Amino acid sequence: MNRRSFLKLLTSSFPAAYFPSELFAVPENDTRFLLIFLRGGYDAANILIPHSSTYYYETRPNIAIAKPDLNNPKAALAIDSDWGLHPALKQNIWPLFQQGEAAFIPFAGTNDLSRSHFETQDSIELGQSITGHKNYNSGFINRLVKELSGKQGISFTDSLPLSCKGDANIANISLKGNKKQKLAKNQIDILTEMYHGGSFDAYVEEGLNLSQKAADDFANEMIQANRGAIMAKGFEIQAKRMAKMMKEHFNIGFIDVGGWDTHYNQGNAEGELANKIKGLGNGIASFSKEMGPVWKKTVVLVISEFGRTFRENGNKGTDHGHGSTYWLLGGGIKGKQIVGEQIRLNENNLFQNRDYPVLTEYRTLLSGLFRAQFGLSEKSLHTIFPDIKPLNLHLI
Amino acid sequence: MNLILSTTLLIFAIFPLEALCAPITNEDIKWLNRITYGIDTQTIENFQDLGRQAFLAQQLDRGMNEKLPPQVQKIISDLQIEQVSPEMLSEHFQEQNQIIKKLPKNERISAHNEQKAYAKEIYEEAVQRHLLRALYSQAQIKEQLTWFWLNHFNIFQGKGPIRWLISDYEESAIRPHVLGKFRDLLMATLQHPAMLIYLDNSHNAANKINENYARELMELHTLGIEGGYSQLDIEALTKVLTGAGVNFGNGQTKLGNKLMPYYRRNGSFEFNPKRHDFSQKQFLGEKIAGEGFVEIEKIVDILARHPSTAKFISYKLAVYFVSDTPSSELIEKMAKTFKTTDGDISATLMTLFESKEFTASLGSKIRDPIHYVLASLRFAFDKQTISYVDPINKWLKDLGEPLYGHLTPDGYGMTEKDWISPAQLTKHFETAKQIVNNNDISSSISTSLKETKLSSTPLFQKIEPILSNQTKLALRKAVTPSEWNTLLLSAPEFLYR
Repeated sequence: MNRRSFLKLLTSSFPAAYFPSELFAVPENDTRFLLIFLRGGYDAANILIPHSSTYYYETRPNIAIAKPDLNNPKAALAIDSDWGLHPALKQNIWPLFQQGEAAFIPFAGTNDLSRSHFETQDSIELGQSITGHKNYNSGFINRLVKELSGKQGISFTDSLPLSCKGDANIANISLKGNKKQKLAKNQIDILTEMYHGGSFDAYVEEGLNLSQKAADDFANEMIQANRGAIMAKGFEIQAKRMAKMMKEHFNIGFIDVGGWDTHYNQGNAEGELANKIKGLGNGIASFSKEMGPVWKKTVVLVISEFGRTFRENGNKGTDHGHGSTYWLLGGGIKGKQIVGEQIRLNENNLFQNRDYPVLTEYRTLLSGLFRAQFGLSEKSLHTIFPDIKPLNLHLI
Repeated sequence: MNLILSTTLLIFAIFPLEALCAPITNEDIKWLNRITYGIDTQTIENFQDLGRQAFLAQQLDRGMNEKLPPQVQKIISDLQIEQVSPEMLSEHFQEQNQIIKKLPKNERISAHNEQKAYAKEIYEEAVQRHLLRALYSQAQIKEQLTWFWLNHFNIFQGKGPIRWLISDYEESAIRPHVLGKFRDLLMATLQHPAMLIYLDNSHNAANKINENYARELMELHTLGIEGGYSQLDIEALTKVLTGAGVNFGNGQTKLGNKLMPYYRRNGSFEFNPKRHDFSQKQFLGEKIAGEGFVEIEKIVDILARHPSTAKFISYKLAVYFVSDTPSSELIEKMAKTFKTTDGDISATLMTLFESKEFTASLGSKIRDPIHYVLASLRFAFDKQTISYVDPINKWLKDLGEPLYGHLTPDGYGMTEKDWISPAQLTKHFETAKQIVNNNDISSSISTSLKETKLSSTPLFQKIEPILSNQTKLALRKAVTPSEWNTLLLSAPEFLYR
């Protein structure tokens, strides 16, 4: 039984002013999956740096990250003879990588070729056939939650993203800012009743329920902070709150981080993109810590709608490209490697003479991941991603 | 005779004067709730004076009087943005930048902060003016369209100088054209520094290519993603747009005799031929010879008159005013009007409002936050004037739709999926509670919603027939007037327009 029908059952047997005040508890040894969507098309080639490519240095005269060099703090961190990591990830993602808890998949992405943020984000989140008719009420995270009957999904966003839309009940809550409870208990009861049986009744109940939970959680956080702990900021505080909620109540989570559309002055080892990626890295590292023992059973995938042009543009930035680099993290994965099909990065190998090609299609990757992580059947996998053959990257 | 007279008097006594004008039906109320930001007494009176047809014709008239209540007009007239020209503003910021550069390092930060505070002031005034007009102007379609086109040609206040450019962007690029020709609107946004900075075209120059604006100009502003263009068209358009940029300085850029005839300047907009790629381009199947700014005029013509644009603009208007899934028949009909009137927005909208589909859709479109908040305020503080509007943009921000606050160029979504989710519904209830209990807003008006139930207002009688029994039953459980009012503004019926 999914959560919505469970709630329906509850409310129909307690019609008057009953309000379920407890969220489900999810056991510690149950698997968790978190998708982090970088909206705006992050410049993958400057985060996982192809330092063996002379063409990279030729075509990015202002923004390239220097070749690995232990004496240069602005140089890429050496992964192997081809790849390096952005130095802003040294304190957060690099240690996870060294412990085998992070891996990178370059040349990953979608075959959608519009290079439009909005079209590509939508088509990735729907995870349906790119050419056929699209059902905008069926995102792939939602289909995953539905196939994993009994598992709970949540989106840590202001509105419900396309990926989470669909038949299974996925609630959303924003983890930004303060969360004081603004409505009194009796008001919550009356509102629940007012909407009972209407088109939004499950939404109203879940929303009010989660906001109470968040208000309690964040109040504790303030108390801890007042005892001398430093309050985290930006994405990091959201990541910590997210971990607390997922650890206790949710198997599947979604969050998006915006602002990666760096057409102008994106910087190199330092600058706009470096700051941004550092914030993301810090958040993910805090998330892994906060998950505690559950981190062993957790997988985090970081994706973006597309990569950017291989060459820098006229403004020390990059324009919309194609292939990206995905990140996979988790306490139990076989990390410390760069996986998936790869090619030499020279002038001749660029896709349409401008971008990374896509060599690992995202649905085959996700399908393989879901099979490994949740042991889903072929039939379930085909429901989540029709006509897609799961790809086994041997990461889990 | 006496009997007749006294009967007449009796009728007058029983029915207030308003009832003697054309009676207002539930359908009229629904219609007005869609045509405006939400009903108030003034609107209903105007409607009764004019009737539906004349009311609509007036709303779609470009020249409609935007008369505001005197005290609102006074607030707006006193704003700096009404007195300082955009040229003076840019001159001020240019000068300040020069002064700051010359300051010793330790004084720079505070001078810089001062400048930032001033830019914020200008931005907040733009917010204030927009909200006051939206709440109180009788030209309600014009006000909604100002929001609509600002959203269609979205810019973001957090990027560089846009914060202090926004008031002028709205006032001179958007507002004059909201009911006019689409081509004029497109050209006005293309020549505004706010747009050129927001989508990076101010940095787009020959051999220093930046595709950002060219792509969004087709995908979001005109043809739509399925409008039939390729990556090659984007690259060609990028070249056409090279040199279209911004100059906040006073003088003209110095150029040689050969290039000077190609130079264009309009306020802070500058077309600098030295930065332009004069090569011949192939754009959407047409050859564009290298002629400088003339090329831009050509592509604006091509884009504004393209059949895909007619369809895409009709679709967006229909999603805003009719339903999340307007029929292809309606889009075709509107697109036809758009084409035959050379992109006349007012005429295209007349086709929309006269369609059966529009009438059939009344009461079933989800209110996005600005419609929700403004409808609540117009309803709850009817016949009064809120002079202090600062909390309103904060509520809009809480609900996810602050003015000028959308980061990406797609603008806010206009469908149910954009505004209905567990978290958003909770926020919605919390906002209702804040509207009712906000002291700052209450202090500028006479009745307090904390103490007086809205059920006693004449406007409530107009919506009472629309309320479901379930809503009425729930309202009975409210303990205080403040709670009753909060619950009314939280009711499912208030979610729709």
